[in-house]
Amino acid sequence: MSGGTEIPVRVTKVTPVAHRIKRFRFERLDGRPMPYFSGGAHVIVSMNDNGHLRRNAYSLMSPPYDCSAYEISVLHVDDSRGGSSFMHEKVREGDEMRVSHPVNLFQPDWRGRKHLLIAGGIGITPFIAMMEQFSREGAQFELHYAIRSRDRGAYCEDLVAHYGRHRVKIYCDAEDNRIPVARLLDSQPLGTHLYVCGPAGLIDGVLKSGLESGWPEQNLHSERFLSSQPGKPFSIELTRSGKTVHVGHHESMLEAIESAGVDAPFLCRGGACGQCETRVALCDGKLLHNDVYLTDEEKASGRKVMLCVSRFEGKTLHLDL
Amino acid sequence: MLVEGIKSRPVYMGLSIQPRARRHIFALEGEGAHALLDRKAALDSTALSRSEILYAPRGSQGKGNDEALRALGADMFFAAPTIATLLFRLRGTLTTAHMGTRLYIAGTEGFIGQAMIVALDHGMDHASVITEHRGSLARRVQCVHCKGVTEDVTHSPFPCGHCGLPLLVRDHYSRRLGAFQGVNIDAEEPGSAPDPEELFL
Repeated sequence: MSGGTEIPVRVTKVTPVAHRIKRFRFERLDGRPMPYFSGGAHVIVSMNDNGHLRRNAYSLMSPPYDCSAYEISVLHVDDSRGGSSFMHEKVREGDEMRVSHPVNLFQPDWRGRKHLLIAGGIGITPFIAMMEQFSREGAQFELHYAIRSRDRGAYCEDLVAHYGRHRVKIYCDAEDNRIPVARLLDSQPLGTHLYVCGPAGLIDGVLKSGLESGWPEQNLHSERFLSSQPGKPFSIELTRSGKTVHVGHHESMLEAIESAGVDAPFLCRGGACGQCETRVALCDGKLLHNDVYLTDEEKASGRKVMLCVSRFEGKTLHLDL
Repeated sequence: MLVEGIKSRPVYMGLSIQPRARRHIFALEGEGAHALLDRKAALDSTALSRSEILYAPRGSQGKGNDEALRALGADMFFAAPTIATLLFRLRGTLTTAHMGTRLYIAGTEGFIGQAMIVALDHGMDHASVITEHRGSLARRVQCVHCKGVTEDVTHSPFPCGHCGLPLLVRDHYSRRLGAFQGVNIDAEEPGSAPDPEELFL
């Protein structure tokens, strides 16, 4: 099956962490250990919402060497497509679910002499696992964590208490504190790598400042999970399986194709990994590329599309599936 | 009789000056001076005020390259009598450097490789170091048998400067050692090595 084999798990703990943020603990049904992962990795959680299959990617935040369970934190987003609402409103302790094997698209560069972590809001989660690993390996790191208000900031006190004020800095929007990005970038020793995760505006701003401060692109890392955007419904023809699939207003192509019983490739489901890259056999209309994987030239060529986040507007679209 | 098509063979993209860098460090050897002198147009007063030039003339001694580099008017200029002295100075500079510093290396492959080792030791990503090959094609080669490194190899096969085995010079490159790999060519039948060809002049 695409996305690798799934692991059947039980939700053994649900903990409210902050305003609209809950932590979920998953343990294997068969009692065996979870696979090891590395800081920055995520899993795809499959949710059975009344027969409708939802799959979302969540960063793992438990210690990477702790095989007893996986933990994720989920923000109940305001414009939820259903996934985060389902996790918050339907999932109870004791429920059975399925998670994928871990995948890491946000791996720290271990050759770095120092790691500068910049988090915004729920973007803190991959860094919690990374910091466990940095601190165990004796690597030098610093976290700069921006939150909107104290009640919305998950794990602030815990992280400060655990790693110390010299390594964890909190910036609270409501108290008019902002991350001094330009000053931070100018004062880092040679060999520092920067990692940013959070809202798109924060990621774009930090990466742009990085390049403006003369940092090489090799030292700037980011992770953004895009979710499929709603849009006009459309139909696609799958040339190999001979099926016609209708993609609804709130659905992604990948979800529609899966519902039609066609096993399409996927990994991150967020436009980042490149696994669901599909060849376009015929396109009479406009592909709306929403991924961060394809290059601008590839997007312009109209010959490839990422099923997980991109859409189509026009008359006919034939995909090689 | 060179073994080609090996991925580890380094590619030197040429010295492009990075306009947004806060500090430019140029490590140049021999004819590598011209890699910078040819790009005078890209060096405005701001870039020069942020530049440090380290130069080892080696084979280009007496050609006036050091005077020409000094005349650029960079923030710092240092002429080193040997590569070892230049690398010692480079280490000192990188130890106290901050992000936003870009390193440019130009000269023979052996020099680029040795300066690159210093950069890697200071946590720089090799892809972020800007390089240009100038001057002789002579190679720095490690004997995979005795591990001795022979500088300025122009022929293949050549006798290892340490253990004397005839070595075939491969395109297989070690970034960690800054050297190509030399493999004994007549191990099965000692004395059957083909005549040396001058491949790296």
